[in-house]
Amino acid sequence: MLDGLRFLPMLHAVAEPILEIQKVVKRFDGFTAVDGVSLQVHAGETVGLLGVNGAGKTTLMNMILGLTTPSSGSIHAFGMDLRTQRLEILRRANFCTTYATLPGNLKVRHNLEIFARLYAVPRPKAKVAELLALLEISHLAEKSTGQLSAGESTRVNLAKALLNDPELLLLDEPTASLDPDIADKVRKLVRHLQRERHPAILYTSHNMRDIEEVCDRVLFLHAGKILAAGTPAELTHHFQEDDLENVFIKIARAQ
Amino acid sequence: MPSPTVIAALLTRYILLYARNPMRAFELFFWPLVQLLVWGFLTMFLQKQGGDGFPEYITFLIGGIILWDALFRAQQGVSISFLEDVWTRNLLNIFAAPVRMIDYIGATFAVGILRVAITAGMLALVASLAYSFDLFRFEWGLLAYYTNLMLFGWALGIVSISLILRWGHAAESLAWAIPFMVQPFACVFYPLETLPPWMRAISTAFPPAHVFEGMRASILHGGFGLREFTIALGLNALYLALSGWLFASVLRSAREKGLLVKTSST
Repeated sequence: MLDGLRFLPMLHAVAEPILEIQKVVKRFDGFTAVDGVSLQVHAGETVGLLGVNGAGKTTLMNMILGLTTPSSGSIHAFGMDLRTQRLEILRRANFCTTYATLPGNLKVRHNLEIFARLYAVPRPKAKVAELLALLEISHLAEKSTGQLSAGESTRVNLAKALLNDPELLLLDEPTASLDPDIADKVRKLVRHLQRERHPAILYTSHNMRDIEEVCDRVLFLHAGKILAAGTPAELTHHFQEDDLENVFIKIARAQ
Repeated sequence: MPSPTVIAALLTRYILLYARNPMRAFELFFWPLVQLLVWGFLTMFLQKQGGDGFPEYITFLIGGIILWDALFRAQQGVSISFLEDVWTRNLLNIFAAPVRMIDYIGATFAVGILRVAITAGMLALVASLAYSFDLFRFEWGLLAYYTNLMLFGWALGIVSISLILRWGHAAESLAWAIPFMVQPFACVFYPLETLPPWMRAISTAFPPAHVFEGMRASILHGGFGLREFTIALGLNALYLALSGWLFASVLRSAREKGLLVKTSST
């Protein structure tokens, strides 16, 4: 039923992409988690990855970060091959995921300053103070990271992800487990970044409002394959649904 | 070459983790101190019962306890630092940051040096007060003993984290067990000739056996055993190279099998 839907128009066909993934496959002991995915993300563009649990979104993110090696295919960022120039790529990229936390025993300020030094950020203390202010969490600076609420932790993780002013930003379910108020603040922050710093952003979420508000383009993943791609408006129009949530349900149930 | 900036940042983090967790700092002092007191006083008692036939017993034992602790602390510096990142689910943040493995391992080595310096200082002081044992009697030889034992401790530490990365949380206990698997062959508290021939053959393949033989020879006859030092150093070079190769292989395999993410996020 969905054949032919994956070839909706792609933006930025001419400009050099920040991230370029070509026919990436990842197999684990006979199970194919990612199956021939190709995508590009350009500067200033936010691409949403949608899919049910186990669709391959996080595996794809992990491969982009070099945490998992693709079985085949290639990943390039900033024109560099991830296999040979991983560190150069990671210096210009960053990420935020619910699967990693910062050491709970340390103060928020200490954690962020240490990561600022790992990313070779000039004037780390000033940068941390700037980001804490941007994320409206300056009052948490001296608090132990382990004592933070879920919403506070997410914003601290986002601060970590912005320390090196990344040109490529991977956000893996950044609003998961957040209340609507904090989730709204996170979306506003992403929009602020889009306006002010123009990074290439790859964004996964189960929250369709996130995707509709912040993503220029959406890719639907299912069983490791891209089933459909397009802008949120194109997809809702194509599937003759009112919103992206219904598109998601339609695609998920069609499989 | 390792990056001093990255190593310093990681080392700062480990120091802060210790400073902000009193139980971690407590563990650093408690066990070595208990071991020194219990075994030290037991030996004094046995020596009194047996007369003064062999007064070096106490010196052998105290020297063995203090020097063995260097190996153990260096191994723990690597393995527990790695486990701290696993326990705090911070490993993904580190491995997805522009941190080379040589810098990461270098920082854990530096943690080992700090741990050894702290516990050795404390044990030397207590041994001096309780048993009139002067650790500095070995003069420059002491530096040579510490160098070889720490190098071997680091190699064991790298083997420990390789096994944890490969087998996950089930292998965590190896972080503590691995040095004690080696200990019977290390001849810490008894001479090499005490062992049966098959064990002796294995012992001579381990650097600590040569270090402790050298230490005992130095106590009995004075001087410094250059031959034992050189053999131990050569063996350490081999073990460090092998452990580095093992870790690189396991890390590559962990990236292929997704074990790095699994270990880090569960």
